[in-house]
Amino acid sequence: MPENTGKIVKVSGPVVVAENLIGAKMYDVVQVSQDKLIGEIIELNQDRVTIQVYEETSGIGPGEPVYNTGLPLCVELGPGLIRSIYDGIQRPLDIIFQNEGDFITRGVEAHSLNRTTKWDFKPLKKIGEQVSSGDRLGIIQETPIVSHYIMVPPRLEGTVENINEGSFTVTDIVAQIKDKNGETHEISMIQKWPVRIMRPYKEKLPPKEPLITGQRVIDTFFTIAKGGTACIPGPFGSGKTVVQHQLSKWCNAEIIIFIGCGERGNEMTNVLLEFPELIDPNSGKPLMERTVLIANTSNMPVAAREASVYTGITIAEYYRDMGYNVALMADSTSRWAEAMREISGRLEEMPGEEGYPAYLGTRIASFYERAGRIRYLSTKEDEATISIIGAVSPPGGDLSEPVTQNTLRTVQVYWSLQDKLAYERHFPAIDWLKSYSLYLDQLTDYMREEIDKDFINTRTTAMTILQEESELEETVRLVGIDALSKTERLILDTARSIREDFLHQNAFDEVDTYTSMKKQYLMLENIIFFHKTALTAIQEEYIDNEQLNKLPVKNQIARAKHIAEDKLGEFNKIKEHIREQIDSLISRKAGKDE
Amino acid sequence: MIKEYSTITDVNGPLIIVNKISNVKYDELVEVELSNGEKRRGQVLEVSEDKAIVQMFEGTSGIDISNTRVRFLGRVIEIPVSMDLLGRIFDGSGRPIDKGPNIIADKRLDINGNPLNPYARDYPNDFIQTGISSIDVLNTLVRGQKLPIFSGSGLPHSKVASQIARQARVLGKEESFSVVFAAMGITFEEANFFIEDFRRTGAIEKSVMYINLANDPAIERIITPRMALTTAEYLAFEKDMHVLVILTDMTNYCEALREVSAARKEVPGRRGYPGYLYTDLATLYERAGRIKDKKGSITLMPILSMPEDDKTHPIPDLTGYITEGQIILARELHLKGIYPPVNVLPSLSRLKDKGIGEDKTREDHANVMNQLFASYARGKASKELATILGEAALTDEDKKYVEFSDKFEEIFVQQGEDENRDIEKSLTIGWETLAILPLNELKRIKEEYIEKYLKVITNNKES
Repeated sequence: MPENTGKIVKVSGPVVVAENLIGAKMYDVVQVSQDKLIGEIIELNQDRVTIQVYEETSGIGPGEPVYNTGLPLCVELGPGLIRSIYDGIQRPLDIIFQNEGDFITRGVEAHSLNRTTKWDFKPLKKIGEQVSSGDRLGIIQETPIVSHYIMVPPRLEGTVENINEGSFTVTDIVAQIKDKNGETHEISMIQKWPVRIMRPYKEKLPPKEPLITGQRVIDTFFTIAKGGTACIPGPFGSGKTVVQHQLSKWCNAEIIIFIGCGERGNEMTNVLLEFPELIDPNSGKPLMERTVLIANTSNMPVAAREASVYTGITIAEYYRDMGYNVALMADSTSRWAEAMREISGRLEEMPGEEGYPAYLGTRIASFYERAGRIRYLSTKEDEATISIIGAVSPPGGDLSEPVTQNTLRTVQVYWSLQDKLAYERHFPAIDWLKSYSLYLDQLTDYMREEIDKDFINTRTTAMTILQEESELEETVRLVGIDALSKTERLILDTARSIREDFLHQNAFDEVDTYTSMKKQYLMLENIIFFHKTALTAIQEEYIDNEQLNKLPVKNQIARAKHIAEDKLGEFNKIKEHIREQIDSLISRKAGKDE
Repeated sequence: MIKEYSTITDVNGPLIIVNKISNVKYDELVEVELSNGEKRRGQVLEVSEDKAIVQMFEGTSGIDISNTRVRFLGRVIEIPVSMDLLGRIFDGSGRPIDKGPNIIADKRLDINGNPLNPYARDYPNDFIQTGISSIDVLNTLVRGQKLPIFSGSGLPHSKVASQIARQARVLGKEESFSVVFAAMGITFEEANFFIEDFRRTGAIEKSVMYINLANDPAIERIITPRMALTTAEYLAFEKDMHVLVILTDMTNYCEALREVSAARKEVPGRRGYPGYLYTDLATLYERAGRIKDKKGSITLMPILSMPEDDKTHPIPDLTGYITEGQIILARELHLKGIYPPVNVLPSLSRLKDKGIGEDKTREDHANVMNQLFASYARGKASKELATILGEAALTDEDKKYVEFSDKFEEIFVQQGEDENRDIEKSLTIGWETLAILPLNELKRIKEEYIEKYLKVITNNKES
C-alpha cells in the first residue's frame, strides 16, 4: 500500500472516517474508495481522519481505500471560466452532461478548464522587464466583452526571461520569470488557488460608487455600493430569486458570479436559457458573456453545497485581481448554513442555536468580508471591487433565526422581503419601512454630481411621505378616512402613487424591467412635484382631493414606467401637464366662487 | 456468497444494530428473518468496522436478539420496472396488492436515483389546463413543475387533486399521459376515494399506485415516494410519457423521517425534525422536471396537511422553499361553501410566466392575472376595514372593491367538482369580475386589452 493510502473504518452519509492516512493535513482533498469520490478532511483525531465526501456514498463500506492528494481544495483559474456552469467543486456540468448523460453519476472526473481550447495570448510585458505579483503579463480576449489578463501569480516577483505571443492551451507555458534567487518559474495561463483562503490584495478602501441595478426601490432608496454587501431575507414566495436574477441581469458590474446554492434545478435552467438571449444595457452584448454559474442544486450532494460559495468567491477574487468590478449573488446562503449544520451534526459537534454549529457566525462574517473595494496587487495603484448579495431563506419567515441574525450583523444593506406585499403582487416585495442601506451617506456626493443635485432631497421627501402614510393608516383603521384632513388625505394619495407608480416594478415587462438612474429620478420627481403643487392648491385654493385624483395626468404618472429610455423628454411634458391641469382646477374654482 | 449473521445486539425503535459484520456497505439492502420465518427488509444507515445500524421498514416488533437472522444483500433497494406497471396497485414497498401477478422486470432501478444534472434540464413551459380557474388563470401549472397542495385536515384536497388528475391536459396535443400515485399513511377511505375515482374515469388503466395506509408500517413511508418517483422517471424519460405524480400525505412521510432521526439520537432541527429534512425533501421533489431532447416529463403534485393550518410549520415551509410555488387551501372559504377553496393570494406558481401569454394561453393573461391579484388583495383589505368601522365608513371606491372581491369568490373561484372550464372561459369570468371596478383602477392592464376584452363584456351587459 502506498504511503498516502488509508482505509475506511466508518461510513455515515456524507461523512466517512478513515485511518492510517499518514501525513494527512486539515482540509486536504482525498479520494474515497475505488470510485475515487472526492472528499475533504475536516477533522483529525490521532490516527483517524474524518472526511466530508462531495458525492453520494451509497455502496461504500469499511475496508475500502482512501487516497490522499496532499492538496487543499483548489479551483482552477484561467481563461474559459466565463460562460461555464460548474457544480460546487468546480466540475463543469456541461462536460459531465456530454460525457455521462442526464444524471450526475459518481466519481466523474473532468477538468474545470478545457485543456484543448486554444487562446490567443498577446504579451503586455517584454523580456527583461521587472514584474511583481498581480502584474499583467498578457491579455486574452475571453469573450467579446471580457479581456482576460494573465497575471503574475501571488508571491512571485522577478524578471521576465521569456514570453511568447501565439495560440496556446491553458497548460502551455507562455512566460518564464526569474526570481531574485535566480530560480526560473514557468507561467501557464492557469492558476490554482485554495478556495478557503482569500486571495491577497494591497489594501481595502471604503466604497464610493453605487452598484446600479435598474431596480427603482434598490437604486433610489436602498442603494448598494460597488464593493458592498447586501442580504435579501424573505419567506418562500416573496421573490428572493427574482430579485437575485434581476440584479445579475442588470447591475453594472463587469463580471457576474451566480451561485445557485441548494436551490431549484429549474432556476439554473432558466438562467442558462435566458442569459444568452438577454442583452446587457451597459455592453450591448449577451449577459452570458460576463457570467459564471455555480450550480449545486438542492438534490446534489450536500457537502459540495458547503464548498460552492467558496468556489464562487475565489473565482470572483480572481477577476477582481484583473481590475474588474465583480458582483456575486449567492442564492441561498441559508442552504449553505444548513449544509454546515448537517456536516456538523454528523461530526457530533456540540450544537449552537437551532442545531447550527457554534462557528456559524464566524463563517458567515468571513465570507462577506471577502467583498470590498480594494487596491489589487500590481505595480500600479488601481482599484477593483467585489459586491456580495446573499439571499437568506429564514424558516417560516422568522427573522430571529441564527442565519438571518448573523448575516444582518455583517452586511451593510438589508432588503426586507414581505410576503404580504408579494400576495398583493407588489414586486419587488421589498418593504420600504424595514429595509435599510448604510451606504447612503457615502454615496451622497455621487448622486448629487452624477444624477441630480436634488436627488437626495426628492428621495428624503418621498421616504417621509411613505413613513407618514403608515402612521396615518393606523388612524384610518381606528376612526375611518373621514377623520383625516385634506392634507393628510393628499399624503395617502401620494404615498399610494409612490408605491404603485414608482416602487412597484414588473420584472417581466420589457421596458419596466430596467430603469436607468436618470429615469428613476424623473419618475419620482414628477410624483413629488404633483404632491407639492397639489399641496399648495389644497391649502391655499381649497381644491378637493377627489378633483385632484380625477386629473388625467394622474394616469400619465402611473404609466410613466412604460416610457422608453430614449424618450425621457416625455417626463417634462408630464410635468407641464401637472402644472396646467392643477392651474386650470384653481382658475375654474375661482370662476365659480365669483 | 451472502453471509448470514445472528449477532443483533440492540433493537431500538425502528433500528437494529448488528455486530461482528464484515464487508457491509452504506445504504445496502438488508433482509431480516424472524424466528417465525417472517422476512422483513431494512437499509444500512451507518456502518463501521464491526457494526452496522439498520433501519427496518416494517418495524421491529417481534424481532428478538438471539434468533433473528440478518443478511446483507450487497445491493441497494431496487424496483423492477416495465410497462406492465401501468394499471397496477402495490403496497408501500412495491408488492402487488391487486391480486395480479408479479412484475416481470424490463430492468431493475435503484430507488434513490441520481441527481439530475441542472445542465440537462429543459425549462418547463407547456401550459397545463386543469379546468380550474383559480389555478389556470392565477397559479398556472406547467408541465414538469412541482406544485404542492398545502391543505389542512378536513379540507377537500383529495377532491381537488383528483379533479386535476382527471382534467389536466395540454392544449392542442394528444400525448401519452399517466398518473403515478403514492399514498403514505392515509386512511383506507381516502385511498379508496382515489382508486374508485380512477376506476370510474378509466384513468386506472394509465396509473400506477403505491399505497401505504395509516396502519401500515410507518418507516415504509420513507421508501414509498422513492418507488413512485423511480417509476415515474422510467415512464417519463425512457417511455416518453407525461407523468403526473401525486404524493399524499407528505406530512406522514416527514414524521417517519423524524422517528428514525429520533431513534438515532441525532441533533434535532426545528420541532424535532432532522436538520437534513430540507435536503431529503429536495431529493424527492427535484426529481420532477423535463430533460433536454426527451419527450416525457414529470409533473409533481405533493399534498401535505399543515398542522394547525400553519404555513410556517417546518414541513410546508421547507416544501415551499423547494417547490415551484404552492396551492393553498383555506378553511375560511371551505366553510363558506366555496369549492375549490383555493386561497389565491398566498398561492403561487413560480413557473407561470413562461407558460402563459400569446400562443400559450391568451395575450391578456398576465395583465388580467396581476390585476385580479392586486384588486382582490385591496378588496380583502377593504372588507377588513368594513368589519372594524362598518360598511358606511367605506369610500365609494372601497365599496366597489368589496363588491368585486365577493363576486370574485362567488363566480371565479367557485366552480363544480366536474366543471372543466377552458382557459378562454376562465379569463372571461375574470374580466366579468373586473368590470365591477372603475376603469381608472385597472392600472395593471394595457389599454389595448381593456379596449378589446372589457368593452365586449360591458357591451353585452348593456344589450
